[in-house]
Amino acid sequence: MTTIADPKAPRPPKPRPARLTTRGNTELYGWVFMRASGVILLVLIFGHLFVNLVAGEGVSAIDFGFVAGKWASPFWQVWDLLMLWLAMIHGTNGVRTIINDYAERDGVRLALKASLYLAFVVVVVLGTLVIFTFDPCPSGSPADLLPSFCTA
Amino acid sequence: MWSWVAHRVTGVAIFFFLLVHVLDTSLVRISPEAYNDVIATYKNPIMGIGEAGLVAAIVFHAFNGIRIILVDFWAKGPKYQRVMLWVVMGLFVVTMAGFLPRHLMHVFGGE
Repeated sequence: MTTIADPKAPRPPKPRPARLTTRGNTELYGWVFMRASGVILLVLIFGHLFVNLVAGEGVSAIDFGFVAGKWASPFWQVWDLLMLWLAMIHGTNGVRTIINDYAERDGVRLALKASLYLAFVVVVVLGTLVIFTFDPCPSGSPADLLPSFCTA
Repeated sequence: MWSWVAHRVTGVAIFFFLLVHVLDTSLVRISPEAYNDVIATYKNPIMGIGEAGLVAAIVFHAFNGIRIILVDFWAKGPKYQRVMLWVVMGLFVVTMAGFLPRHLMHVFGGE
């Protein structure tokens, strides 16, 4: 007489995956971050594009004086700083996902991700320093290139 | 499926522009002349059309990103994902119709 296996019988344990791609909940937090930062970035970037490309004379009005005029206000400093950090983390995590999906060889994947993280650090540090150490009225520059408040 | 591909392609394109954009903006720290020289290249017609493409990529990525969030978090999201793709396309067309004439006017110097 044959018996069928009890459906509640314990299954043999699954073999561990050869390569652990993540520990803990890191990927879950990344997934949540992409959605949360995406919504904030939509507001920040649409505002940025409207003020710089649509309002006034658009791209044809952008020069040193325009940027200096904006960064004279802490409002735009914080706006641009938030945009820089959120966009760089969002973009770096997105490109990291794409590298993981398509770069199958270990060496290639490692090299691409190392370059990605290097670019992230360089751009975030540089951008942050520029926002906070920016001088809207550098001495020795022609007054007609500077925002009007420099001569006041 | 193709919206997933387009989301990745636009995302990567925007990311590489962002790297360049932080570098060009950093020239304000060197001198007003250095910044103005480089930003002047953003005002020529070829770059102007490139900016239109960049904005198109951002607008699609933004609206399709909201659609992805709704599919993930809204109970009826998966059921309406196809309808929402048409809504994304509609909003994209409306937004670009508002942006393009004004931007091209700035680039090509029309009054």
